[in-house]
Amino acid sequence: MQRGPFNWKTLWPYAAVFAALLFLPMALSRFYIYITAVIYVTALLAMSLNMVVGHGGLYQFHHAAFYGVGAYTCALILVRTELPAWVAFAAAPFAAAFTGLLIGWFCVRLNKLYFGMLQISLGSLLWAIVFRWYDLTGGDDGIHGVPIPDAISTINTSYYFILLVLAACVSVMYLIYRSPFGKTLQAIRDNPERCEAVGINVRRHQLMGIVVATFFAGIAGVLFVVVEGSVFPDLLFWVLSLEVFIMCLLGGWFTFAGPMVGAAVTVALRTFVGTYTEYWTLILGVILILLIFFLPEGVMGFIIEKVQGGEAEE
Amino acid sequence: MLQVESLTKSFDGFLAVSGANLSVERGEIVAVIGPNGAGKTTLFKLITGHLRPDEGRIIFEGQSISGLRPYEVCRRGISLSFQVVNVFNRMTVFENVQVAVLSHQKKTRKLFSSSGRHGIEETEEILGNVGLADKARRVSGSLSHGDQKVLEMAIALGNRPDLLILDEPTAGMSPEETSVTIDLIHRLTRELGLTILFCEHDMELVFSIAHRIMVMQYGRSLIQGAPQEVRSNEEVQAAYLGGT
Repeated sequence: MQRGPFNWKTLWPYAAVFAALLFLPMALSRFYIYITAVIYVTALLAMSLNMVVGHGGLYQFHHAAFYGVGAYTCALILVRTELPAWVAFAAAPFAAAFTGLLIGWFCVRLNKLYFGMLQISLGSLLWAIVFRWYDLTGGDDGIHGVPIPDAISTINTSYYFILLVLAACVSVMYLIYRSPFGKTLQAIRDNPERCEAVGINVRRHQLMGIVVATFFAGIAGVLFVVVEGSVFPDLLFWVLSLEVFIMCLLGGWFTFAGPMVGAAVTVALRTFVGTYTEYWTLILGVILILLIFFLPEGVMGFIIEKVQGGEAEE
Repeated sequence: MLQVESLTKSFDGFLAVSGANLSVERGEIVAVIGPNGAGKTTLFKLITGHLRPDEGRIIFEGQSISGLRPYEVCRRGISLSFQVVNVFNRMTVFENVQVAVLSHQKKTRKLFSSSGRHGIEETEEILGNVGLADKARRVSGSLSHGDQKVLEMAIALGNRPDLLILDEPTAGMSPEETSVTIDLIHRLTRELGLTILFCEHDMELVFSIAHRIMVMQYGRSLIQGAPQEVRSNEEVQAAYLGGT
């Protein structure tokens, strides 16, 4: 049994990747640094979703709503108030988590697909509010030119800021993944009925999982504002939720780091195939079909299986 | 310790349990027997809160527990080991039991400390007790059926129950696995002093370890008494034991 939360034997590849990413801006053009930063933001969003989807077994179908709430909270405080920037950055995840608590409170009363349907409805309601409330949110125009603090406003400094926040968040997520709470959530995913029978209040733990996950989605929302300097209603649109869900499946939803791989693949496809054809989702669709047939555990699940294949079997 | 009084449950007009009575005293091993469909599993699920009774009372340690949710019943000290294997398939054997131990220790909401630091000794002790220690790191879905049934019991033990309910502990086991499980149940009662309520089709097992036996038929409880008394009861012989 592994006793410490962090074990260098298994974590050194991640540390090496992180170190390499620190030097990336020296080798890349501005455009690629920007795309990499977008991948980080999306990766954090996908990771936060996977906390409840892959590890919690919940049909969290409208995760983007919480991402959008985080981004809008951050942008609105920066644009409309004189409050210091760190207040905006700190308030956003709490606003997202509070929204998660409200919506989750209703959703955990339902099971499986019904949970997902209710969440799509309530999330779409949020989208409609943002889309229509011109006076506050600027409606479908969104908010542009959000003043980002000077220290992180250039492409290079924002890259480092986002990378550091991502690394910190992923470390905390890993801690939670391996914590008693994380294990309990995985047990609920595998068998909610059995969890009730061993004395676990399933709904309360699910709600707690949603609050934690939406908190991280809120942080991803802040990072989006930092990299783009603008927000628009599409951030809360259900299509984005679906895309993020696909990233989790693509990367391997039963693994820890898989969603980051899924996010990287999806953003890269959108960027590079997207320049040739606007039907890039067609390619994504084909990849998804191949995935279901050949890599049902996702890219990361496949790699882990190959690497550990021999040693895991006793 | 446990009193069930005129308990009734129907599904769409079918009376699964109808006026059943049962009593279990502390330290006792009580068996429930009866033909398939007699309502044994339904009775157990009513006690553990998986089903809500239509009528009747369930008293545990002097307090009514009917209508409580399963997790609340579990926290009062009753654990159920399911008839159909019902484990956490993607987790290891160790983690399966650890979850129950963590739940018992009220540590399932710890977010920022490693699960490798909580409930380790307790889990190892239980796995040692049931003989699964050497398979602790296997993913539970890959175990043989017999081992999964033993794991079922180990998970139920993780909550350190006062009353352990076993729903057909040897169902689907090979003869060798069955005898190992019988030994295990013997040991659990002797060494841990557990109170056990179980149902079983293996009459050898029932008559060898039960202090008292309750016989069910068509959802009703026919009789509850010592093995000798039950064996000689004419109604039971006609209904179930086939005149042996």
